[in-house]
Amino acid sequence: MIEFSAVTKRYPGGHEALRSVSLKVGDGELLFITGHSGAGKSTLLKLLPVIERATSGSVIVNGQNVGTMRLAAIPYLRRNIGQIFQDQKLLYDRSVFDNVMLPLAVTGVHPKDAARRARAALDKVGLLAREKSNPIALSGGEQQRLAIARAIVNRPSIIIADEPTSNLDADYAAEIIDLFVAFHQVGVTVLIATHDETAVARAATRAQTRCVALRGGELVS
Amino acid sequence: MTAWLRLHAMAFAGTLAKLAATPFATLLNALVIGVALALPAGAYVLLVNLQTAARGVSSDPEFSVFMALDAQKADVADIDKRLRALPDVARVEFRSREAALAEFRRHPSMGDVIAALDRNPLPDAFIVRVARNDGEVLDALAARVRGWPNVEHVQVDSAWVRRVAAAIGVGRASVLILAALLSFALLAVTFNTIRLQMLTQRDEIELAKLLGATNGTIRRPFYYYGALLGLLGGGAALAIVHGALHVLNRSVADLARQYGSDFRLDSLPPQDLASLLAFAALLGLCGAWLSVTRHLREFEPR
Repeated sequence: MIEFSAVTKRYPGGHEALRSVSLKVGDGELLFITGHSGAGKSTLLKLLPVIERATSGSVIVNGQNVGTMRLAAIPYLRRNIGQIFQDQKLLYDRSVFDNVMLPLAVTGVHPKDAARRARAALDKVGLLAREKSNPIALSGGEQQRLAIARAIVNRPSIIIADEPTSNLDADYAAEIIDLFVAFHQVGVTVLIATHDETAVARAATRAQTRCVALRGGELVS
Repeated sequence: MTAWLRLHAMAFAGTLAKLAATPFATLLNALVIGVALALPAGAYVLLVNLQTAARGVSSDPEFSVFMALDAQKADVADIDKRLRALPDVARVEFRSREAALAEFRRHPSMGDVIAALDRNPLPDAFIVRVARNDGEVLDALAARVRGWPNVEHVQVDSAWVRRVAAAIGVGRASVLILAALLSFALLAVTFNTIRLQMLTQRDEIELAKLLGATNGTIRRPFYYYGALLGLLGGGAALAIVHGALHVLNRSVADLARQYGSDFRLDSLPPQDLASLLAFAALLGLCGAWLSVTRHLREFEPR
């Protein structure tokens, strides 16, 4: 359960990215947040793993007010939220496999156990055969799938994705959306920020989805 | 707990790999630290040697008693008896004026001078060894003897020993100041090295934080790096000091031989060497701590 209550985010300099946004997301929901760039989609998502904190209002994740969370507690929150970043943040100095290992390595999971889970995640996104490659050698769609494998390797109960289909061909974008639908179907809460109407439409044909729109930092539907 | 140990082991292995991956930079960094530490360490070694040498001299707490030239045999015998009766006196050695003259005659350059004299200018003398190596006891005894009849002069050698001790005290303070100043240099070197590393690994650190790494997990490899760098620097300092001692000892042995001594500069005892290494590692760790603490703040939520 995720609950935004009257959330406002004001950046230094006075720009208001979010204006009194209130939104409830139930467990296992597949939610699309649409809107033009600059509407506040990314900012809204960043509040969940506390990459940013709201200026006012509260953000509750699984009963915890993450806006007031101690710095030391934040890492444990983040381990339960699979994040797919707009700029992907893949590390190009190591293999596909090591990229997926990273979330497990930083939490001290036993290497054997970690390797098994990393391969399972790569298998799920169809990249098992490429585990030894460097991410730079992957296509755009493959890189996005790698980013998804890294996000799910910790088996999070929440996945947030920021523009996961931007810059992708329609076919690749469809594959990515199908992956998110599959996670939704096994009970994971999925929040996707996008301005890609076809992606939203494709998901709607495959699962029960919900769509909200942001405009100028305010929730309009 | 096992996860924690595993994270430590991984951080340590990663740090070793990182040091080995850039051998030249590692060597240079270790050398900079080594040179900075070698200066105070070397000065300390010299000081300890000087102290040992000075202690070798002052381990003979003695004073000389010169009799008046007109003193009779009976007077000399009387003083001899009184000296032996003094408290804290370990040994009294008598040097007759005849023996002293004979000794001078044997000396090639002095023989002619002595032959030109019509009478023996040297007095009878006693060398009194005091049982306790204590400047005040020595001074008190000498002052007492100075007042006795037929005693012309009493000379105490302990004064310059005390002067040397005071000079060593000054030297020790200087070494401490030097060590403190150069410790800052070491701190600065590790601080900067780690800062550069954090800059080059910015993306990785940011990502690790986003993926749920605790600050401890991110700090750990840098701590190991700082401590290992300090340790390597300490090792370099020891190598420099030992190399310098080796070179110096050749000249020192030459010089000492002129004085009929086998004096040579010794290295520090093992426990001092160990504390030097530990100190260097600790400084490296502190530098890393300062740097990481300062630069990790940039990654916290806004």
